[in-house]
Amino acid sequence: MFELLGIPPQALFGQLLLGLINGSFYALLSLGLAVIFGLLNIINFSHGAQYMMGAFVAWMLMTYAGINYWWALLLVPIIVGTTGVVIERVMIARLYHLDHLYGLLLTFGLALIIQGLFRNQYGVSGLPYSIPGELSGGTNLGFMFLPNYRAWVVVASAIVCFGTWFAIERTRLGAYLRAATENPVLVGAFGINVPRMITLTYGFGVGLAALAGVLAAPIYSVNPNMGADLIIVVFAVVVIGGMGSILGAILTGFGLGIVEGLTRVFYPEASSVVIFVIMALVLLVKPAGLFGRTA
Amino acid sequence: MSEATKTSAEQLLAVRDLQGWYDESHVLHGINFDVKRGEVVTLLGRNGAGKTTTLRAIMGILGKRQGSVLFEGRELIVLQPRDIARQGMAFCPEERGIFASLSVDENLMLPPEVKPGGLSREAVLDMFPNLRERLRSQGTKLSGGEQQMLAIGRILRTGAKFLLLDEPTEGLAPVIVQQIGRTLIHLKQQGFTIILVEQNFRFAASVADRHYVVEQGRVIDTIPNADLTANIDKLHAYLGV
Repeated sequence: MFELLGIPPQALFGQLLLGLINGSFYALLSLGLAVIFGLLNIINFSHGAQYMMGAFVAWMLMTYAGINYWWALLLVPIIVGTTGVVIERVMIARLYHLDHLYGLLLTFGLALIIQGLFRNQYGVSGLPYSIPGELSGGTNLGFMFLPNYRAWVVVASAIVCFGTWFAIERTRLGAYLRAATENPVLVGAFGINVPRMITLTYGFGVGLAALAGVLAAPIYSVNPNMGADLIIVVFAVVVIGGMGSILGAILTGFGLGIVEGLTRVFYPEASSVVIFVIMALVLLVKPAGLFGRTA
Repeated sequence: MSEATKTSAEQLLAVRDLQGWYDESHVLHGINFDVKRGEVVTLLGRNGAGKTTTLRAIMGILGKRQGSVLFEGRELIVLQPRDIARQGMAFCPEERGIFASLSVDENLMLPPEVKPGGLSREAVLDMFPNLRERLRSQGTKLSGGEQQMLAIGRILRTGAKFLLLDEPTEGLAPVIVQQIGRTLIHLKQQGFTIILVEQNFRFAASVADRHYVVEQGRVIDTIPNADLTANIDKLHAYLGV
Protein backbone atom coordinates (compact mmCIF):
# COMPACT_ATOMS: atom_id res chain seq x y z
CA MET A 1 0.00 0.00 0.00
CA PHE A 2 1.80 3.12 -1.10
CA GLU A 3 0.42 6.58 -1.35
CA LEU A 4 1.84 9.68 -2.98
CA LEU A 5 1.10 12.96 -1.24
CA GLY A 6 -2.03 11.45 0.18
CA ILE A 7 -3.35 10.42 -3.24
CA PRO A 8 -4.37 6.77 -3.60
CA PRO A 9 -2.36 5.15 -6.39
CA GLN A 10 -5.54 3.91 -8.07
CA ALA A 11 -6.66 7.50 -8.56
CA LEU A 12 -3.23 8.69 -9.63
CA PHE A 13 -2.63 6.00 -12.23
CA GLY A 14 -6.25 6.12 -13.33
CA GLN A 15 -5.95 9.80 -14.11
CA LEU A 16 -2.53 9.33 -15.67
CA LEU A 17 -4.01 6.76 -18.02
CA LEU A 18 -6.92 9.03 -18.81
CA GLY A 19 -4.43 11.80 -19.48
CA LEU A 20 -2.43 9.53 -21.76
CA ILE A 21 -5.59 8.60 -23.69
CA ASN A 22 -6.58 12.22 -24.11
CA GLY A 23 -2.97 12.93 -25.03
CA SER A 24 -3.16 10.26 -27.76
CA PHE A 25 -6.05 12.11 -29.37
CA TYR A 26 -4.40 15.50 -28.89
CA ALA A 27 -1.26 14.14 -30.54
CA LEU A 28 -3.04 12.54 -33.52
CA LEU A 29 -5.19 15.59 -34.15
CA SER A 30 -2.52 18.22 -33.67
CA LEU A 31 -0.20 16.14 -35.87
CA GLY A 32 -2.72 16.34 -38.72
CA LEU A 33 -3.13 20.06 -38.16
CA ALA A 34 0.64 20.55 -38.13
CA VAL A 35 1.12 18.62 -41.37
CA ILE A 36 -1.63 20.62 -43.07
CA PHE A 37 -0.47 23.96 -41.71
CA GLY A 38 3.13 23.23 -42.68
CA LEU A 39 2.45 22.77 -46.37
CA LEU A 40 -0.85 24.57 -47.01
CA ASN A 41 -0.38 27.43 -44.58
CA ILE A 42 -4.01 26.94 -43.67
CA ILE A 43 -5.36 26.49 -40.18
CA ASN A 44 -7.77 23.64 -40.78
CA PHE A 45 -10.70 24.58 -38.60
CA SER A 46 -12.78 21.70 -39.92
CA HIS A 47 -10.34 19.24 -38.32
CA GLY A 48 -12.68 18.56 -35.41
CA ALA A 49 -15.60 17.96 -37.76
CA GLN A 50 -13.46 15.57 -39.80
CA TYR A 51 -12.54 13.69 -36.62
CA MET A 52 -16.26 13.45 -35.86
CA MET A 53 -16.88 12.23 -39.43
CA GLY A 54 -14.32 9.51 -38.80
CA ALA A 55 -16.30 8.24 -35.82
CA PHE A 56 -19.60 8.51 -37.70
CA VAL A 57 -18.37 6.76 -40.83
CA ALA A 58 -17.06 3.92 -38.64
CA TRP A 59 -20.50 3.74 -37.01
CA MET A 60 -22.24 3.79 -40.42
CA LEU A 61 -20.01 1.07 -41.82
CA MET A 62 -20.83 -1.06 -38.78
CA THR A 63 -24.55 -0.27 -38.70
CA TYR A 64 -25.43 -0.26 -42.39
CA ALA A 65 -22.83 -2.60 -43.87
CA GLY A 66 -21.71 -4.76 -40.97
CA ILE A 67 -18.09 -3.75 -41.54
CA ASN A 68 -16.16 -4.26 -38.33
CA TYR A 69 -13.80 -2.01 -36.38
CA TRP A 70 -10.57 -3.35 -37.89
CA TRP A 71 -11.71 -2.71 -41.46
CA ALA A 72 -13.00 0.67 -40.34
CA LEU A 73 -9.51 1.58 -39.11
CA LEU A 74 -8.31 1.11 -42.67
CA LEU A 75 -11.32 2.28 -44.70
CA VAL A 76 -12.50 5.32 -42.74
CA PRO A 77 -9.28 7.36 -43.12
CA ILE A 78 -9.40 6.64 -46.86
CA ILE A 79 -13.09 7.59 -47.18
CA VAL A 80 -12.90 10.75 -45.07
CA GLY A 81 -9.46 11.61 -46.51
CA THR A 82 -11.03 11.46 -49.97
CA THR A 83 -13.68 13.99 -48.94
CA GLY A 84 -10.73 16.13 -47.81
CA VAL A 85 -9.11 15.78 -51.23
CA VAL A 86 -12.33 16.94 -52.89
CA ILE A 87 -12.70 19.88 -50.48
CA GLU A 88 -9.10 20.92 -51.13
CA ARG A 89 -9.45 20.71 -54.92
CA VAL A 90 -12.86 22.36 -55.15
CA MET A 91 -12.61 25.01 -52.44
CA ILE A 92 -9.38 25.47 -50.49
CA ALA A 93 -7.17 25.52 -53.61
CA ARG A 94 -8.95 28.71 -54.70
CA LEU A 95 -7.76 30.57 -51.60
CA TYR A 96 -3.99 30.05 -51.68
CA HIS A 97 -3.35 33.47 -53.20
CA LEU A 98 -5.30 35.13 -50.37
CA ASP A 99 -4.46 35.77 -46.71
CA HIS A 100 -4.43 32.76 -44.30
CA LEU A 101 -7.53 34.15 -42.68
CA TYR A 102 -9.69 33.13 -45.64
CA GLY A 103 -8.67 29.50 -45.35
CA LEU A 104 -9.48 29.59 -41.66
CA LEU A 105 -12.91 31.12 -42.31
CA LEU A 106 -13.69 28.63 -45.07
CA THR A 107 -12.76 25.60 -42.98
CA PHE A 108 -14.59 27.04 -39.97
CA GLY A 109 -17.72 27.44 -42.10
CA LEU A 110 -17.32 23.91 -43.42
CA ALA A 111 -17.03 22.61 -39.85
CA LEU A 112 -20.31 24.30 -38.91
CA ILE A 113 -22.05 22.89 -41.99
CA ILE A 114 -20.74 19.35 -41.48
CA GLN A 115 -21.66 19.36 -37.79
CA GLY A 116 -25.07 20.81 -38.57
CA LEU A 117 -25.81 18.11 -41.14
CA PHE A 118 -24.87 15.33 -38.74
CA ARG A 119 -26.80 16.95 -35.87
CA ASN A 120 -29.85 17.24 -38.10
CA GLN A 121 -29.65 13.61 -39.13
CA TYR A 122 -28.54 11.89 -35.93
CA GLY A 123 -29.41 14.25 -33.05
CA VAL A 124 -27.05 15.08 -30.24
CA SER A 125 -27.65 12.23 -27.83
CA GLY A 126 -24.84 10.13 -29.23
CA LEU A 127 -24.73 6.68 -30.80
CA PRO A 128 -23.11 3.63 -29.25
CA TYR A 129 -20.13 1.91 -30.88
CA SER A 130 -18.95 -1.14 -29.06
CA ILE A 131 -15.37 -2.10 -28.33
CA PRO A 132 -14.21 -4.86 -30.69
CA GLY A 133 -14.28 -8.28 -29.02
CA GLU A 134 -10.54 -8.78 -29.28
CA LEU A 135 -9.93 -5.71 -27.13
CA SER A 136 -12.72 -5.97 -24.57
CA GLY A 137 -11.91 -6.59 -20.94
CA GLY A 138 -8.78 -5.46 -19.21
CA THR A 139 -5.57 -6.41 -17.49
CA ASN A 140 -4.89 -6.16 -13.80
CA LEU A 141 -1.47 -4.58 -13.43
CA GLY A 142 -1.49 -4.95 -9.64
CA PHE A 143 -1.53 -1.24 -8.91
CA MET A 144 -4.40 -0.58 -11.32
CA PHE A 145 -6.83 -2.10 -13.79
CA LEU A 146 -5.93 -1.33 -17.41
CA PRO A 147 -8.76 -1.63 -19.96
CA ASN A 148 -7.30 -3.32 -23.04
CA TYR A 149 -8.97 -1.00 -25.51
CA ARG A 150 -7.47 2.08 -23.87
CA ALA A 151 -4.01 0.53 -23.90
CA TRP A 152 -4.54 -0.19 -27.60
CA VAL A 153 -5.49 3.44 -28.30
CA VAL A 154 -2.29 4.72 -26.70
CA VAL A 155 -0.11 2.21 -28.56
CA ALA A 156 -1.86 2.69 -31.92
CA SER A 157 -1.64 6.45 -31.65
CA ALA A 158 2.04 6.31 -30.73
CA ILE A 159 2.76 4.04 -33.70
CA VAL A 160 0.87 6.25 -36.16
CA CYS A 161 2.54 9.38 -34.79
CA PHE A 162 5.99 7.83 -35.02
CA GLY A 163 5.27 6.51 -38.52
CA THR A 164 4.16 9.94 -39.70
CA TRP A 165 7.18 11.60 -38.12
CA PHE A 166 9.46 9.06 -39.77
CA ALA A 167 7.83 9.47 -43.17
CA ILE A 168 8.17 13.24 -43.05
CA GLU A 169 11.60 13.58 -41.45
CA ARG A 170 13.44 10.56 -42.78
CA THR A 171 12.18 9.64 -46.25
CA ARG A 172 12.58 11.10 -49.70
CA LEU A 173 8.88 11.83 -50.00
CA GLY A 174 9.10 13.66 -46.69
CA ALA A 175 12.05 15.67 -48.04
CA TYR A 176 9.84 16.81 -50.94
CA LEU A 177 7.21 17.80 -48.41
CA ARG A 178 9.61 19.75 -46.20
CA ALA A 179 11.18 21.44 -49.21
CA ALA A 180 7.79 22.41 -50.62
CA THR A 181 6.85 23.81 -47.21
CA GLU A 182 9.87 26.11 -47.42
CA ASN A 183 9.85 27.07 -51.08
CA PRO A 184 7.06 25.58 -53.21
CA VAL A 185 8.01 27.64 -56.27
CA LEU A 186 11.53 26.23 -56.46
CA VAL A 187 10.34 22.68 -55.80
CA GLY A 188 7.90 23.10 -58.70
CA ALA A 189 10.74 24.40 -60.86
CA PHE A 190 12.57 21.12 -60.19
CA GLY A 191 9.76 19.28 -61.94
CA ILE A 192 7.73 18.17 -58.92
CA ASN A 193 3.94 18.45 -59.03
CA VAL A 194 3.47 20.61 -55.93
CA PRO A 195 -0.31 21.18 -56.24
CA ARG A 196 -0.90 17.43 -56.27
CA MET A 197 1.38 17.04 -53.26
CA ILE A 198 -0.60 19.74 -51.43
CA THR A 199 -3.89 17.99 -52.21
CA LEU A 200 -2.63 14.62 -51.00
CA THR A 201 -1.14 16.20 -47.88
CA TYR A 202 -4.49 17.71 -46.99
CA GLY A 203 -6.14 14.34 -47.62
CA PHE A 204 -3.55 12.68 -45.37
CA GLY A 205 -4.05 15.21 -42.55
CA VAL A 206 -7.81 14.73 -42.76
CA GLY A 207 -7.28 10.97 -42.82
CA LEU A 208 -5.33 11.24 -39.56
CA ALA A 209 -8.26 13.12 -37.99
CA ALA A 210 -10.64 10.42 -39.22
CA LEU A 211 -8.41 7.69 -37.81
CA ALA A 212 -8.51 9.44 -34.45
CA GLY A 213 -12.29 9.47 -34.81
CA VAL A 214 -12.41 5.69 -35.32
CA LEU A 215 -10.15 5.14 -32.30
CA ALA A 216 -12.41 7.43 -30.26
CA ALA A 217 -15.71 5.87 -31.32
CA PRO A 218 -15.71 3.02 -28.76
CA ILE A 219 -14.52 5.30 -25.93
CA TYR A 220 -16.69 8.36 -26.36
CA SER A 221 -20.17 8.13 -27.75
CA VAL A 222 -20.38 8.94 -31.46
CA ASN A 223 -21.77 12.44 -31.33
CA PRO A 224 -21.93 15.35 -33.82
CA ASN A 225 -20.34 17.68 -31.26
CA MET A 226 -17.46 15.40 -30.26
CA GLY A 227 -15.01 17.25 -32.52
CA ALA A 228 -16.10 20.76 -31.61
CA ASP A 229 -15.47 20.02 -27.93
CA LEU A 230 -12.01 18.67 -28.57
CA ILE A 231 -10.67 20.92 -31.28
CA ILE A 232 -10.23 24.04 -29.16
CA VAL A 233 -7.89 22.16 -26.84
CA VAL A 234 -6.09 20.71 -29.85
CA PHE A 235 -5.49 24.18 -31.23
CA ALA A 236 -3.97 25.16 -27.89
CA VAL A 237 -1.73 22.08 -28.16
CA VAL A 238 -0.60 23.12 -31.63
CA VAL A 239 0.19 26.65 -30.45
CA ILE A 240 2.19 25.30 -27.49
CA GLY A 241 4.08 22.81 -29.66
CA GLY A 242 4.80 25.36 -32.36
CA MET A 243 2.79 25.80 -35.56
CA GLY A 244 3.84 23.34 -38.20
CA SER A 245 6.30 21.38 -36.05
CA ILE A 246 5.67 17.64 -36.44
CA LEU A 247 7.65 16.47 -33.44
CA GLY A 248 6.32 19.39 -31.40
CA ALA A 249 2.72 18.39 -32.14
CA ILE A 250 3.33 14.79 -31.08
CA LEU A 251 5.30 15.45 -27.89
CA THR A 252 3.11 18.30 -26.66
CA GLY A 253 0.00 16.26 -27.48
CA PHE A 254 1.02 13.37 -25.24
CA GLY A 255 2.70 15.65 -22.69
CA LEU A 256 -0.26 17.96 -22.21
CA GLY A 257 -2.64 15.02 -21.90
CA ILE A 258 -0.54 13.80 -19.00
CA VAL A 259 -0.27 17.26 -17.46
CA GLU A 260 -4.03 17.55 -17.67
CA GLY A 261 -4.46 14.15 -16.02
CA LEU A 262 -2.09 15.05 -13.18
CA THR A 263 -3.89 18.35 -12.65
CA ARG A 264 -7.11 16.41 -12.29
CA VAL A 265 -5.51 14.48 -9.43
CA PHE A 266 -3.81 17.29 -7.58
CA TYR A 267 -6.02 20.29 -8.31
CA PRO A 268 -9.13 19.16 -10.17
CA GLU A 269 -10.60 22.67 -10.33
CA ALA A 270 -7.82 23.72 -12.75
CA SER A 271 -7.91 20.65 -14.99
CA SER A 272 -10.04 22.19 -17.73
CA VAL A 273 -7.96 25.36 -17.98
CA VAL A 274 -4.43 24.11 -17.34
CA ILE A 275 -3.65 23.70 -21.04
CA PHE A 276 -4.75 27.25 -21.78
CA VAL A 277 -2.69 28.60 -18.88
CA ILE A 278 0.34 26.78 -20.32
CA MET A 279 -0.49 28.18 -23.74
CA ALA A 280 -0.54 31.72 -22.38
CA LEU A 281 2.80 31.21 -20.61
CA VAL A 282 4.43 29.67 -23.67
CA LEU A 283 3.20 32.48 -25.88
CA LEU A 284 4.70 35.00 -23.47
CA VAL A 285 8.08 33.30 -23.23
CA LYS A 286 8.44 31.58 -26.59
CA PRO A 287 5.90 32.92 -29.09
CA ALA A 288 6.92 30.43 -31.80
CA GLY A 289 5.99 27.53 -29.50
CA LEU A 290 8.19 25.02 -27.69
CA PHE A 291 9.36 23.31 -30.89
CA GLY A 292 8.65 26.09 -33.38
CA ARG A 293 11.34 27.46 -35.62
CA THR A 294 11.86 31.17 -35.33
CA ALA A 295 12.57 32.38 -38.82
CA MET B 1 37.53 22.17 -78.28
CA SER B 2 35.38 19.11 -77.74
CA GLU B 3 32.84 17.38 -79.95
CA ALA B 4 30.04 19.18 -78.21
CA THR B 5 31.17 22.61 -79.36
CA LYS B 6 31.91 21.55 -82.92
CA THR B 7 28.34 20.38 -83.46
CA SER B 8 26.98 23.47 -81.78
CA ALA B 9 25.29 25.13 -84.75
CA GLU B 10 21.89 23.84 -83.61
CA GLN B 11 19.56 26.44 -82.20
CA LEU B 12 18.37 25.28 -78.79
CA LEU B 13 16.47 28.22 -77.30
CA ALA B 14 14.74 31.10 -79.05
CA VAL B 15 13.22 33.84 -76.91
CA ARG B 16 10.95 36.22 -78.83
CA ASP B 17 9.15 39.32 -77.59
CA LEU B 18 9.13 38.01 -74.03
CA GLN B 19 7.02 40.22 -71.76
CA GLY B 20 6.84 39.82 -68.02
CA TRP B 21 5.08 41.36 -65.03
CA TYR B 22 5.51 41.41 -61.27
CA ASP B 23 1.96 42.03 -60.10
CA GLU B 24 0.98 45.22 -61.95
CA SER B 25 4.51 46.29 -62.74
CA HIS B 26 5.57 45.60 -66.33
CA VAL B 27 9.24 44.51 -66.12
CA LEU B 28 10.10 42.75 -69.39
CA HIS B 29 9.26 44.73 -72.53
CA GLY B 30 10.04 42.28 -75.31
CA ILE B 31 13.20 40.27 -74.69
CA ASN B 32 14.76 38.63 -77.78
CA PHE B 33 17.76 36.33 -77.82
CA ASP B 34 18.98 32.92 -78.96
CA VAL B 35 21.10 30.20 -77.43
CA LYS B 36 22.73 27.43 -79.44
CA ARG B 37 23.41 23.99 -78.07
CA GLY B 38 26.61 23.86 -76.05
CA GLU B 39 26.94 27.61 -75.65
CA VAL B 40 27.43 29.66 -72.52
CA VAL B 41 25.71 33.02 -72.88
CA THR B 42 25.40 35.73 -70.27
CA LEU B 43 22.77 38.30 -69.57
CA LEU B 44 24.60 41.42 -68.42
CA GLY B 45 23.04 44.60 -67.15
CA ARG B 46 22.49 46.86 -64.21
CA ASN B 47 20.42 45.96 -61.17
CA GLY B 48 16.75 45.93 -62.05
CA ALA B 49 17.36 45.62 -65.79
CA GLY B 50 15.30 42.42 -65.93
CA LYS B 51 17.98 39.70 -66.06
CA THR B 52 16.66 37.59 -63.18
CA THR B 53 13.11 38.20 -64.35
CA THR B 54 14.05 36.84 -67.78
CA LEU B 55 15.31 33.59 -66.22
CA ARG B 56 12.17 33.35 -64.09
CA ALA B 57 9.98 33.94 -67.15
CA ILE B 58 11.78 31.21 -69.13
CA MET B 59 11.39 28.81 -66.18
CA GLY B 60 7.70 29.69 -65.90
CA ILE B 61 7.83 30.94 -62.32
CA LEU B 62 6.93 34.54 -63.15
CA GLY B 63 3.30 35.32 -62.35
CA LYS B 64 2.41 36.76 -65.75
CA ARG B 65 4.38 36.34 -68.95
CA GLN B 66 3.73 36.63 -72.70
CA GLY B 67 5.61 36.12 -75.91
CA SER B 68 7.42 33.02 -77.04
CA VAL B 69 10.08 30.78 -75.53
CA LEU B 70 10.91 27.98 -77.95
CA PHE B 71 13.07 25.22 -76.49
CA GLU B 72 14.07 22.41 -78.87
CA GLY B 73 11.16 23.58 -81.02
CA ARG B 74 8.65 23.34 -78.20
CA GLU B 75 6.74 26.37 -76.89
CA LEU B 76 7.37 26.74 -73.14
CA ILE B 77 5.31 29.87 -72.50
CA VAL B 78 2.12 27.82 -72.08
CA LEU B 79 3.66 25.20 -69.75
CA GLN B 80 3.73 24.94 -65.95
CA PRO B 81 7.19 25.24 -64.31
CA ARG B 82 7.21 21.53 -63.48
CA ASP B 83 6.61 20.66 -67.13
CA ILE B 84 9.28 23.11 -68.25
CA ALA B 85 11.73 21.42 -65.88
CA ARG B 86 10.80 18.08 -67.41
CA GLN B 87 11.89 19.32 -70.86
CA GLY B 88 15.44 19.19 -69.48
CA MET B 89 15.88 22.69 -68.10
CA ALA B 90 17.17 23.43 -64.60
CA PHE B 91 17.20 26.65 -62.62
CA CYS B 92 19.61 27.76 -59.92
CA PRO B 93 18.17 30.86 -58.22
CA GLU B 94 20.16 33.85 -57.08
CA GLU B 95 19.37 33.17 -53.41
CA ARG B 96 20.54 29.58 -54.09
CA GLY B 97 17.41 28.01 -52.63
CA ILE B 98 19.11 25.65 -50.21
CA PHE B 99 16.44 24.17 -47.93
CA ALA B 100 17.02 24.72 -44.22
CA SER B 101 14.85 21.79 -43.17
CA LEU B 102 16.84 19.37 -45.35
CA SER B 103 20.33 18.00 -44.81
CA VAL B 104 23.01 18.63 -47.42
CA ASP B 105 22.47 15.10 -48.73
CA GLU B 106 18.70 15.58 -48.91
CA ASN B 107 19.18 18.89 -50.71
CA LEU B 108 21.49 17.15 -53.16
CA MET B 109 19.06 14.31 -53.81
CA LEU B 110 15.92 16.47 -53.92
CA PRO B 111 15.50 17.39 -57.61
CA PRO B 112 14.06 14.39 -59.44
CA GLU B 113 15.68 13.03 -62.58
CA VAL B 114 14.01 14.67 -65.59
CA LYS B 115 16.19 13.20 -68.36
CA PRO B 116 18.51 10.22 -68.49
CA GLY B 117 22.24 10.81 -68.27
CA GLY B 118 22.51 13.06 -65.22
CA LEU B 119 25.57 13.00 -63.03
CA SER B 120 25.57 10.42 -60.25
CA ARG B 121 25.66 11.53 -56.63
CA GLU B 122 29.29 10.36 -56.51
CA ALA B 123 30.23 12.37 -59.59
CA VAL B 124 28.75 15.52 -58.06
CA LEU B 125 30.63 14.89 -54.82
CA ASP B 126 33.86 14.35 -56.80
CA MET B 127 33.25 17.67 -58.51
CA PHE B 128 32.63 19.44 -55.18
CA PRO B 129 34.62 17.49 -52.57
CA ASN B 130 33.77 20.01 -49.81
CA LEU B 131 30.20 18.74 -49.84
CA ARG B 132 31.21 15.16 -49.12
CA GLU B 133 32.33 15.97 -45.58
CA ARG B 134 29.18 17.94 -44.83
CA LEU B 135 26.49 15.59 -46.13
CA ARG B 136 24.73 15.27 -42.80
CA SER B 137 24.81 18.98 -41.94
CA GLN B 138 21.77 21.16 -42.25
CA GLY B 139 21.77 22.61 -45.77
CA THR B 140 21.89 26.23 -44.68
CA LYS B 141 24.78 25.62 -42.25
CA LEU B 142 27.14 25.48 -45.23
CA SER B 143 29.24 28.49 -46.20
CA GLY B 144 27.99 30.65 -49.06
CA GLY B 145 30.41 29.02 -51.50
CA GLU B 146 29.45 25.51 -50.42
CA GLN B 147 25.77 26.39 -50.73
CA GLN B 148 26.40 27.58 -54.28
CA MET B 149 28.20 24.32 -55.10
CA LEU B 150 25.29 22.38 -53.64
CA ALA B 151 22.80 24.46 -55.62
CA ILE B 152 24.67 23.77 -58.87
CA GLY B 153 25.55 20.18 -57.99
CA ARG B 154 22.00 19.10 -57.27
CA ILE B 155 20.69 20.23 -60.68
CA LEU B 156 23.50 18.36 -62.44
CA ARG B 157 22.01 15.15 -61.07
CA THR B 158 18.71 15.70 -62.88
CA GLY B 159 19.93 15.03 -66.39
CA ALA B 160 18.92 18.54 -67.49
CA LYS B 161 21.49 19.81 -70.00
CA PHE B 162 20.24 23.38 -70.10
CA LEU B 163 21.10 25.39 -66.99
CA LEU B 164 19.84 28.79 -65.93
CA LEU B 165 22.28 30.15 -63.35
CA ASP B 166 21.41 33.37 -61.59
CA GLU B 167 24.52 35.15 -60.29
CA PRO B 168 26.39 32.07 -59.07
CA THR B 169 29.38 34.16 -57.95
CA GLU B 170 27.52 36.78 -55.95
CA GLY B 171 29.12 37.49 -52.60
CA LEU B 172 31.73 34.73 -52.88
CA ALA B 173 35.47 34.84 -52.22
CA PRO B 174 37.73 35.05 -55.33
CA VAL B 175 39.08 31.53 -54.87
CA ILE B 176 35.53 30.14 -54.84
CA VAL B 177 34.60 32.23 -57.88
CA GLN B 178 37.56 30.66 -59.70
CA GLN B 179 36.42 27.18 -58.73
CA ILE B 180 32.91 27.87 -60.01
CA GLY B 181 34.40 29.30 -63.22
CA ARG B 182 36.40 26.09 -63.75
CA THR B 183 33.26 24.07 -63.09
CA LEU B 184 31.28 25.99 -65.72
CA ILE B 185 34.03 25.54 -68.32
CA HIS B 186 34.09 21.83 -67.50
CA LEU B 187 30.30 21.63 -67.86
CA LYS B 188 30.49 23.40 -71.21
CA GLN B 189 33.03 20.83 -72.37
CA GLN B 190 30.59 18.14 -71.27
CA GLY B 191 27.99 19.60 -73.62
CA PHE B 192 25.88 21.59 -71.18
CA THR B 193 24.22 24.77 -72.40
CA ILE B 194 24.15 27.61 -69.89
CA ILE B 195 22.50 30.99 -69.51
CA LEU B 196 24.37 32.95 -66.90
CA VAL B 197 23.10 36.09 -65.24
CA GLU B 198 26.09 38.05 -63.98
CA GLN B 199 27.10 41.33 -62.46
CA ASN B 200 30.73 40.21 -62.30
CA PHE B 201 31.71 41.08 -65.82
CA ARG B 202 35.27 39.73 -65.59
CA PHE B 203 33.90 36.38 -64.46
CA ALA B 204 31.40 36.44 -67.34
CA ALA B 205 34.22 37.14 -69.82
CA SER B 206 36.18 34.14 -68.54
CA VAL B 207 33.46 31.57 -69.30
CA ALA B 208 31.01 32.86 -71.91
CA ASP B 209 30.73 32.67 -75.70
CA ARG B 210 28.44 35.64 -76.00
CA HIS B 211 26.97 38.44 -73.92
CA TYR B 212 23.50 39.92 -74.17
CA VAL B 213 23.17 43.36 -72.63
CA VAL B 214 19.82 43.86 -70.93
CA GLU B 215 18.44 47.28 -70.14
CA GLN B 216 14.94 48.24 -69.04
CA GLY B 217 13.49 44.87 -69.93
CA ARG B 218 15.00 44.65 -73.44
CA VAL B 219 18.12 43.14 -74.97
CA ILE B 220 19.84 46.22 -76.35
CA ASP B 221 23.12 44.75 -77.59
CA THR B 222 24.91 41.49 -78.34
CA ILE B 223 28.67 41.20 -77.90
CA PRO B 224 30.59 38.05 -78.86
CA ASN B 225 33.18 37.26 -76.20
CA ALA B 226 35.95 37.55 -78.81
CA ASP B 227 35.02 41.19 -79.44
CA LEU B 228 34.80 42.06 -75.77
CA THR B 229 38.07 43.98 -75.55
CA ALA B 230 37.12 46.13 -78.53
CA ASN B 231 33.78 46.94 -76.94
CA ILE B 232 34.97 47.45 -73.41
CA ASP B 233 34.14 51.17 -73.24
CA LYS B 234 30.68 50.62 -74.64
CA LEU B 235 30.08 47.88 -72.09
CA HIS B 236 31.27 50.05 -69.23
CA ALA B 237 28.78 52.65 -70.33
CA TYR B 238 25.96 50.04 -70.39
CA LEU B 239 26.79 48.72 -66.97
CA GLY B 240 27.55 52.10 -65.47
CA VAL B 241 30.86 51.00 -64.02
